[in-house]
Amino acid sequence: MGTLVEEILSRKVGREVQAGEIVLVDVDTIMSHDNTTPLAIKAFREIGKPIFDKNKIVIHFDHAYPAPNLLAAEAQKKGLDFMKEQGISQFYHQGVCHQVMIEEGFIIPGAIVIGADSHSNTYGALGAFGAGFGSTEIGVAWVTGKCWFSVPPTIRIELSGTTQPGVFAKDVMIFIAGKLGMDGGTYRSIEFGGDYIDRLPVHERIVLSNMSTEIGAKCGLIAADATTLAYLAAETRAQGSYEPIHPVNPQYEKIIAIDVSTIEPQVACHPDVDNAKALREVEGLAIDEVYIGTCTNARYEDLEIVAGILQGKTVHPHTRVIVTPASTKIYKKAMQNGLIEILMDAGCTVTGTGCGACIGRHGGVLAPGERALTTMNRNFIGRMGSPLSEIYLASPASAAAAALTGKITDPRPYLA
Amino acid sequence: MGKAWTFGENMNTDEIIPGRFNITIDPLELAKNVFCEVKPDYAARVKPGDVVVGGQNFGCGSSREHAPVAIKGSQAKCVIAASYARIFFRNAINIGLPILECSAAAADITEGDEIEVDLVTGKIHNLTNGHVYQARPLPAFVIKIAEAGGIVNFLKNHDVQELMA
Repeated sequence: MGTLVEEILSRKVGREVQAGEIVLVDVDTIMSHDNTTPLAIKAFREIGKPIFDKNKIVIHFDHAYPAPNLLAAEAQKKGLDFMKEQGISQFYHQGVCHQVMIEEGFIIPGAIVIGADSHSNTYGALGAFGAGFGSTEIGVAWVTGKCWFSVPPTIRIELSGTTQPGVFAKDVMIFIAGKLGMDGGTYRSIEFGGDYIDRLPVHERIVLSNMSTEIGAKCGLIAADATTLAYLAAETRAQGSYEPIHPVNPQYEKIIAIDVSTIEPQVACHPDVDNAKALREVEGLAIDEVYIGTCTNARYEDLEIVAGILQGKTVHPHTRVIVTPASTKIYKKAMQNGLIEILMDAGCTVTGTGCGACIGRHGGVLAPGERALTTMNRNFIGRMGSPLSEIYLASPASAAAAALTGKITDPRPYLA
Repeated sequence: MGKAWTFGENMNTDEIIPGRFNITIDPLELAKNVFCEVKPDYAARVKPGDVVVGGQNFGCGSSREHAPVAIKGSQAKCVIAASYARIFFRNAINIGLPILECSAAAADITEGDEIEVDLVTGKIHNLTNGHVYQARPLPAFVIKIAEAGGIVNFLKNHDVQELMA
């Protein structure tokens, strides 16, 4: 009996657990990437004990892959040597870690997945418990196969209604961040529900869970349903037995009700995710770079929206438009269906997969004085390069509209 | 028994230990500069058993483990705060710094009060004004980690199951 996070953790612990309790839980999968694996190796060596179960370990190279400089190359070699030494075979470099985790079937309803990456909250979109941890804890989990959690209280966000045309989950989430603030969900489990969620496809649900991190949440959960199961079967390699888990007589700390039909296209303005404004309030602001990528919004459906807007047109001559598909699988499908050609013909730079631009490592670094409009999840000062640059966050449709005009532009007239 | 050192709301990790000192992870080295900008006399005058008292959202900001390590290195017995930022909370426990959550104590304790803390029961006694506050008792596993000097050290000599045993 309890909220979704209590229900998920109760099954793992084998008894009913409640918010506020601290529990030691067997984790199903331990994820880390090229940025965070080296420090996990350090903690692992210090403990000096063997790996508990190498089949629980998944390592991705995506934050700076292929390595853009010597430092990254050395860190990756260290990671590779470690994997060879330990016989870790679940190694991926086919895209942004969180997308590949879903595609490869590691994320199923009820799974406990810990990641050395703050956006591990993404996995909540499929009814799994996903949360981000420091590298030391990942090294500890390699040895123990376990992690301790303080069972978080839950804030339920009840979303009702149907969005207006041109309004996407990204707009809804930026609106929520503006309403709750960046600490509005600190240490809480955010549970998204309501008739809007019931009708929302999985690629859009992912945006909400992914950005629950930006309001401080430990996890951002959506109860699995028929939509989730159909997605797992069609789009992922998920195997084994799993079933949806639902909240049962939940006690919420707070319920926040939002009618999504009232939301118009949103932009999270420099320099905080909760600096949310209606797009029309900042319309016309010049944009030097449009970056369509990351674990938030670079899935096939996102590229389809962007290609739909850019088809037969040319991007603004002074705006750099970079498209980085979230995974090789997405890239291939977009290629087979002609989307990549449309994007290239419109003047976009289509890069290999990964997430280097989001953290200013490579593939779209901003110069002082430049302003980007991007589909990513975070706009902290200096994240994409110079601390004197600015980052604005919006939906793929709004990003595509800005790509055409070179300024922040209402996407609705461009959507057929 | 120790003296209370009080700090305000939203103490971030840069105020606990500024980033420029994070070139080491040695607790005693870090302790030389802990709170240097918000309370310059703390590092020189803090005594073993003293207590750090903070308001809401203590330890917000970066995920650096240096912040709780620096406080632990200063020999403070524990931190008492109204609430903690999530990653600081985890880091503190994992590096073996006991932390108590108690808004009544955080609001009432003033700088220099003599404080007695029982980590096992969560009882906080203010000997200066006679008030007693009750924090949620620390789970046994947190005390085991603290006694071992952190979770990495604990695991060198113990099985993880012993944490919750």
